[in-house]
Amino acid sequence: MITRRMLMAASAGVAMLGQTALTASAQEDTVKIGLILPMTGPFSSTGRQVEAGARTYMEMNGDTAAGKTVELIVRDDAGTADQTRRIAQELVVNEGVNVLAGFGLTPLALSVGPVLNQANIPAVIMAAATASITKESEYYTRTSFTLPQASVPVATWANENDINRVVTLVTDYGPGIDAETWFTKEFTENGGEIVEAVRVPLENPDFAPYLQRVRDSEPDAVFVFLPSGVGSLFMRQFTERGLNEAGIRLIATGDVTDDDLLNEMGEPAIGTITGHHYSAAHESPENEAFVESFEEANDGMRPNFMAIGGYDGMHLIYAALEETEGEVDGDALMEAIKGLSWTSPRGPVSIDPETRDIIQNIYMREVEEVDGELYNVEFETYEAVKDPAKAEDSAE
Amino acid sequence: MSTMSENAGKVSAPVTESVAATQLRRLSAWRAFEIVLWVAAFAAIFLLPSHMLVLTEIAIVALFAISLDLILGYAGIVSLGHGAFFGLGAYAAGIFAKHIYAEPVTGLFVAAAASGIFGFATSFLVLRGSDLTRLMTTLGIALMLAEVANQMAWLTGGADGLSGVMVGPILGLFEFDLWGKTGYIYCLFVLFILTCLARRLVNAPFGLSLKAIKGNPVRAAMVGVPSRRRIVAIYTVAAVYAGIAGALLTHTTSFVSIDVLAFHRSADVLLVLVLGGVGYLYGGIIGAIVFTLLRDWLSVITPQYWMFWIGLVLVIIVVVGRENLGRWHTFLPNSLQERLARVVNWRLGMKLRGEQ
Repeated sequence: MITRRMLMAASAGVAMLGQTALTASAQEDTVKIGLILPMTGPFSSTGRQVEAGARTYMEMNGDTAAGKTVELIVRDDAGTADQTRRIAQELVVNEGVNVLAGFGLTPLALSVGPVLNQANIPAVIMAAATASITKESEYYTRTSFTLPQASVPVATWANENDINRVVTLVTDYGPGIDAETWFTKEFTENGGEIVEAVRVPLENPDFAPYLQRVRDSEPDAVFVFLPSGVGSLFMRQFTERGLNEAGIRLIATGDVTDDDLLNEMGEPAIGTITGHHYSAAHESPENEAFVESFEEANDGMRPNFMAIGGYDGMHLIYAALEETEGEVDGDALMEAIKGLSWTSPRGPVSIDPETRDIIQNIYMREVEEVDGELYNVEFETYEAVKDPAKAEDSAE
Repeated sequence: MSTMSENAGKVSAPVTESVAATQLRRLSAWRAFEIVLWVAAFAAIFLLPSHMLVLTEIAIVALFAISLDLILGYAGIVSLGHGAFFGLGAYAAGIFAKHIYAEPVTGLFVAAAASGIFGFATSFLVLRGSDLTRLMTTLGIALMLAEVANQMAWLTGGADGLSGVMVGPILGLFEFDLWGKTGYIYCLFVLFILTCLARRLVNAPFGLSLKAIKGNPVRAAMVGVPSRRRIVAIYTVAAVYAGIAGALLTHTTSFVSIDVLAFHRSADVLLVLVLGGVGYLYGGIIGAIVFTLLRDWLSVITPQYWMFWIGLVLVIIVVVGRENLGRWHTFLPNSLQERLARVVNWRLGMKLRGEQ
């Protein structure tokens, strides 16, 4: 522990020296934001949505905050952690960025931790959703969501709605296990029973054999987490195996009925109950303006929960700059970020001053057809949900 | 590159031992282009202070490609799973630094040992079968290792990656800085030392016997080359090299993600090596420089579509360069080619009698 602390002190010293050089080199009246996203590779849809969300914010609110010009520098890391880390470091030392943002996947966000600590640069996580990330550095904050945050309300809702026996089906990696753990914990504490826990490999999305297992154990419902993208295949196989005819309900986190892909899923998706923080069908003037502006700028593409992370991430940076009156020092910005609250297109949100994670409403939604298109229509709200994983940590 | 055949023609009838020794020494002498390359690499520390990070990446990829060249270029073993050793080295270095001792040079030895042992163990699988089965075996080993790392989340962090790796100062003296200068110097020294060792190895009788095995295993066996033992040895050495490259990545990024074991690592390194040319060690370095700079440059210009452009550029390079960059000179007029060859192949301290 001593060595660790000494190292931190040493690196802070180095960083301070660096900081003076950096601020000197950066232009006085510009704030540079380095947006690092997977723009190519299997997770490129995340990158596209987040970037479009961030750009929509700048489109709607101008490119100045607290009298300074905000400049967005977008870089692709192709979903590879060492690239994220190198790009982050290069943006800090060569471009003199003041804030880093983006991060499509958990390991990508985690890889920049040491850079943040060394350079005193805040990082706004706009997509990655594993709960533990923000514990790795004081400079992380988040505008997406965490999986425990979305899973627990789904469990509560299931308990309240006569669902007693559930099979969980999740993709076998970090976020999937997060979802399974927290759903199970909440659901069984309130008297529910988990009949079976099925994990599907990330690489091989053929759900047929797993769905057969689900059907054979005759639960009231199946709780599902899948990374966005494989949802449509899942929906088709769910219907083909006749699970809905067998009276098995489908409850899930909102990744499964991703707004961006929902229309392609078609009829089988109708009636799916999901819990999530954002739906393009959320009824508020803020959301209407956001969706309209987003679709206009992106050739009709519908914003999903990734886009809102990008949009709110930019808002967070703008608001923090207003608060510090244009001061771009990393520690000052982080202080300003803590406790900020605003009305987002997703509803009221705030940043937990203790964990720097987002506090937001989780909505229960049902897939319905509205004007010939499928939407996640919200019907129940769990207000101001904190990330339960970290709430538990602080209680210990 | 083709020094073997070149020299063979010049040897007069009775091949005495001393002539053979001279030949070997001549083969291993430093050439002009090597000296220029290393001087440039060390000069970059002072001349390109804002490009330390990309240079670091080049050094790591180059070392990894050299390691593949040792088995592909010299022993003729095709591998689609060389990333396994890279990833193992990265994890070994990461876990060692996190839990046991944070000093990186010690970590390099640990990573080298881990990959070396694994390379030795799996080399026996490579002995069996032809090229195609080797492709499948190596690929299979890499996939298995990736899944093991994914499942052993308590040790490796699983899909989330291994975070919280605090890498200490090198030899207790040099702290890694944000500009990446220390990291580059560190990687460059390791690359230089290991390239020197590899040069000695491949230019020694050991390396020549490997080339004989590559050329024709049956004939090599008939002149008394123990081909199985040689292949096991070089495969183990290559695994050690790849493990060290992986460890360098861990030390310079203080993070290990599961994709160090991903298939694209093995594929990329093969691409880099083929681009630079196999069988002369520097192919890996040249390929790494070209590939990394090209990717970096294109992905800054067009973050979304750079893959298309890099694909196009690679196809053009290969078509124009006839298989590899090392042979682009075949497009020059003959007289120019000869003059160029003389300059490039000039050797240090080798003014032997009878040579022009």
